[in-house]
Amino acid sequence: MIHIENLSKYYRDFCAVDQINLDIKKGEILGLLGPNGAGKTTTLRMLTGYFMPTSGTIRVKDYQLDENLLEIKKLMGYLPESAPLYHSMLVYDYLDYVAGLRGLDKEKKISRIRQLVDLCGLDEIMHRSISELSKGFNQRVGLAHAMMDDPEILILDEPTSGLDPNQIAEIRKIIRQIGEEKTVILSTHILSEVEATCDRVVILDKGKIVANDRMENLKQSAGQTHFIHLDILKANFQEVRDRLRGIEGVTGIEKINEKPNGPLSVQVACKSASDLRETVYQEIKQTDWVLIEFHQETKTLETIFRELTEED
Amino acid sequence: MHQVIRICHKELKDYFISPIAYIVISIFLLVTGWFFFTTFFYYNQADLRNFFNLLPITFSFLIPAVTMRLFSEELNVGSYEMLLTLPVTFKDILLGKFLAGVLFVAAALVPTFAYPIFIAFMGQLEWGPVAGGYLGALLLGASFVAVGLFASSLTRNQIIAFIVGMAICFTLTLIDKMLFFFPGSLLGVIGYLGADFHFQNIAKGIIDSRDIVYFLSVVFIGLYSTHLVMQKTS
Repeated sequence: MIHIENLSKYYRDFCAVDQINLDIKKGEILGLLGPNGAGKTTTLRMLTGYFMPTSGTIRVKDYQLDENLLEIKKLMGYLPESAPLYHSMLVYDYLDYVAGLRGLDKEKKISRIRQLVDLCGLDEIMHRSISELSKGFNQRVGLAHAMMDDPEILILDEPTSGLDPNQIAEIRKIIRQIGEEKTVILSTHILSEVEATCDRVVILDKGKIVANDRMENLKQSAGQTHFIHLDILKANFQEVRDRLRGIEGVTGIEKINEKPNGPLSVQVACKSASDLRETVYQEIKQTDWVLIEFHQETKTLETIFRELTEED
Repeated sequence: MHQVIRICHKELKDYFISPIAYIVISIFLLVTGWFFFTTFFYYNQADLRNFFNLLPITFSFLIPAVTMRLFSEELNVGSYEMLLTLPVTFKDILLGKFLAGVLFVAAALVPTFAYPIFIAFMGQLEWGPVAGGYLGALLLGASFVAVGLFASSLTRNQIIAFIVGMAICFTLTLIDKMLFFFPGSLLGVIGYLGADFHFQNIAKGIIDSRDIVYFLSVVFIGLYSTHLVMQKTS
């Protein structure tokens, strides 16, 4: 669907995007993840034709970005960061204007606006001025703007920034709904958002792609070491270490904290994808320690993200 | 072309649902009306010459005030990004906004039709120069709108856009009155640059292709420079 090759963008001497290669398939929800200033917004802006790339090519379907920009724009719906809408217009007038520019005829315009009002929950605010809208409603009007023509590709730049948890959940629901049929590309620096909505993640750092994989694969590759977390009463760390060290597959035992009269918290690092929970449990059962907490942790997206994008 | 009309329609609607249009037009009518009629009866002549004499100066204040928001506001709010990623070309946006500005100038001129009608009752009014004057006013307005658009594309700040636009329009209006500052060899060229000079020719009722070409060139240069500036920002 979208094919990006050697894409770069320089602002004077500053390199914002550095030789990116990326393929995006139809019907995929792609999350563009990265710390602030990683080049997410610049990449999206080039994808929508707002910025001209310094070098490299973007192809959408059979169209070349620099030659068939208008055709590509017709395929895309774009919501820029924080949805900058015209303040002086009423919500209805704005949607009507956008529908006009998208080339919808009169009948289709009305029915489409009605659909979007239901989908984005704009019912109460249709006749309010955009300048009076709360951030959440503003964002939803922006979403309606992006989806006006039922575009094949939807590009959203930080769609949930600045929203409250309820609104975030709602917007995510909408995105997932759209993502069933359409190609969605969204950028964010909120990790849980990617986990909740995306099929594939691309992590950008300083203009380069540092990871590009399906959600499960990414987790699996990084989740090769997992930890068993134990809280034990009536035990001291020395004893625990001596007992558990003998188990095959255990690579390290670490005391997290120990309170007088409280539980001893221990973290057992395990090698590879092996599940040692049963063995550990059997081992502890032979003692008179009281096990009050026992669970396995795999590395989350957050740790992966930090490892990949950390400053050296 | 449809896109141009839609954008133009939106910009015009913006003017007329906000107070801008009404404030600007009433100030325009007050200023021109006052200066025109305070001296009108001294001359005891049934013509609109004094009205048209004033027009270039009033336009160089008025039109930049109308055009200052056209690009600056979009750049400042960021809505330009949303507009440009809709299926429109930059040319559509530019022409739409330009057309909206010209139509606004036309709307400001319409109430002044009352002057010739009123004067025609009092004496023998020659309609040729009047028609020429209005045609000239429209051409002059269009070139100042193009200049104002250019100023607006330079900055996100509407006040700066206004001042830059006004400075350029003012210079164009007055440059042929400042000829004594320039060396003799340049006089012909600089005199030709004066918007007032060309406007007064048309306002006399003489439609000369040189004057028309002058105004169309200013429009073209203004719009093309805007195009270049906006291309650079993306």
